[in-house]
Amino acid sequence: MRPDARPTTLLAELTYRCPLHCPYCSNPLDLARANAELSTDDWLRVITEARALGVLQLGLSGGEPLLRKDLETIVEGAHKVGLYQTLVTSGLGLTRARAERLRAAGLDHVQISFQDSETDNAERIAGIRSVEHKRTAAAIVRDLGFAFTINAVLHRGNLDHVGEIIDMAAAMGADRIELANTQYYGWAFLNRDALMPTRAQLEAAEPIVEAAVARYKGTMQVLYVLPDYYQMYPKPCMGGWGSVYMVVAPDGRVLPCQAAWQIETLSFDSVRDHPLEWIWRESPAFTAFRGESWMQEPCRSCERRTVDFGGCRCQAFQLTGDATQTDPVCVLSPHHGLIEAALASGAAAASGAPRPAGAAVGTAVGTAVGTAVGVTVDAPAEPPAYQYRGPVRAAAGA
Amino acid sequence: MTADRRLAPTARPALWRLARVDFDTVRQRPVLQYPEGAMLLNDTGAEILALCDGQRTVAEIAAVLGARYGADVLADVTSYLDALAERELIRTAADAPATPPLEASHHAP
Repeated sequence: MRPDARPTTLLAELTYRCPLHCPYCSNPLDLARANAELSTDDWLRVITEARALGVLQLGLSGGEPLLRKDLETIVEGAHKVGLYQTLVTSGLGLTRARAERLRAAGLDHVQISFQDSETDNAERIAGIRSVEHKRTAAAIVRDLGFAFTINAVLHRGNLDHVGEIIDMAAAMGADRIELANTQYYGWAFLNRDALMPTRAQLEAAEPIVEAAVARYKGTMQVLYVLPDYYQMYPKPCMGGWGSVYMVVAPDGRVLPCQAAWQIETLSFDSVRDHPLEWIWRESPAFTAFRGESWMQEPCRSCERRTVDFGGCRCQAFQLTGDATQTDPVCVLSPHHGLIEAALASGAAAASGAPRPAGAAVGTAVGTAVGTAVGVTVDAPAEPPAYQYRGPVRAAAGA
Repeated sequence: MTADRRLAPTARPALWRLARVDFDTVRQRPVLQYPEGAMLLNDTGAEILALCDGQRTVAEIAAVLGARYGADVLADVTSYLDALAERELIRTAADAPATPPLEASHHAP
């Protein structure tokens, strides 16, 4: 990283609370350890410090950010300092009145997650009756002239519907659709066997997506994130650790990516204790894997180290127990066998039994499609067939 | 997608409805902001984009800047706009025939 490198993007995870129960949720596994949520004033200070540090884009996420009653105040503050703002939401709780207030406060872009094109399957995945709310929210977002993106996390239980999902987004008037194959962190890692698509599914999806990209060119952008387990080389995660991106968790801890909480060998400093600039430039977590000095072989001498930065630190830690290892997705990694074993295990699960009701999904790099815990708005359509946390409730704040 | 697409001198480019040019006071540079992305611009780039109103043609934009700088800039302006069109950050009427970009936004009340 250049010594003067500045962040461009801040993901503000305003709360871990969420009405949905997706099996690929991006929330930490152990929410009971999370502290109270930041206050409104804390967030306004963080946003102002972020802009001064160079941040241009603000993602407002969670959990479900609409559960924060002060969302409009936060949006207004971010608009005042000139940030381009994206709300990442399930759509639940987005009334027309609230959307109008957010528009007036300066919100630019709304992303609404959809779990599938088929209502029953979508609601099995989300664990809650939600599709009608989402459709209503989508119509409001479109109507008010927000930039409008639909997110769908893809996995074995919905990948066969990818064409229908894209057409659904177009019919709702989306400007963009992000189709992200599940990435296996946290909850998705626990549910990996149930979520892992088969190679046949991926091969069938590819021409469908390609045709849709061409068909909707000029009216809707179609973005497709491939599953990294099926790639030869790892993703250039976060554009490099501590290089352009930072996440502020609901309790104020600052992370270089939204999955980094699972690297148990790191501790993350909080905006309650330190200025954001110090955390970005000097804190142990942000400097841990900056540049190349932390790399081992085969990364250290590999010419791809400036292309993919050794891949994902969280994945290296999750699979090998050592965050300085090459991401095992890489065919050059001595641990690549772990990936092959996971694919074989997923394939066995896929063929051994009928597809589990509403198998699940993942989360896009840099966007929090995932969701969480605790706040039940409606009875689940059917208990999800995944490992899932109990009703831990993150402390509500502000 | 189509790498060899070139904007004709008669094309009338407009900034994507969802993109806007801001001035980044931290980096002291203009910046193009859009969903999930930001692109730092130089002053010339910002000048070109300011002229992309969906009314002026590429040739007219180049003529305005050419007069300002006393040079023939059509080739440079075209290749700059081609690169942005490739990323769908600028649009021309041909991209969306149903809604000619005569107004800044077809969502305007």
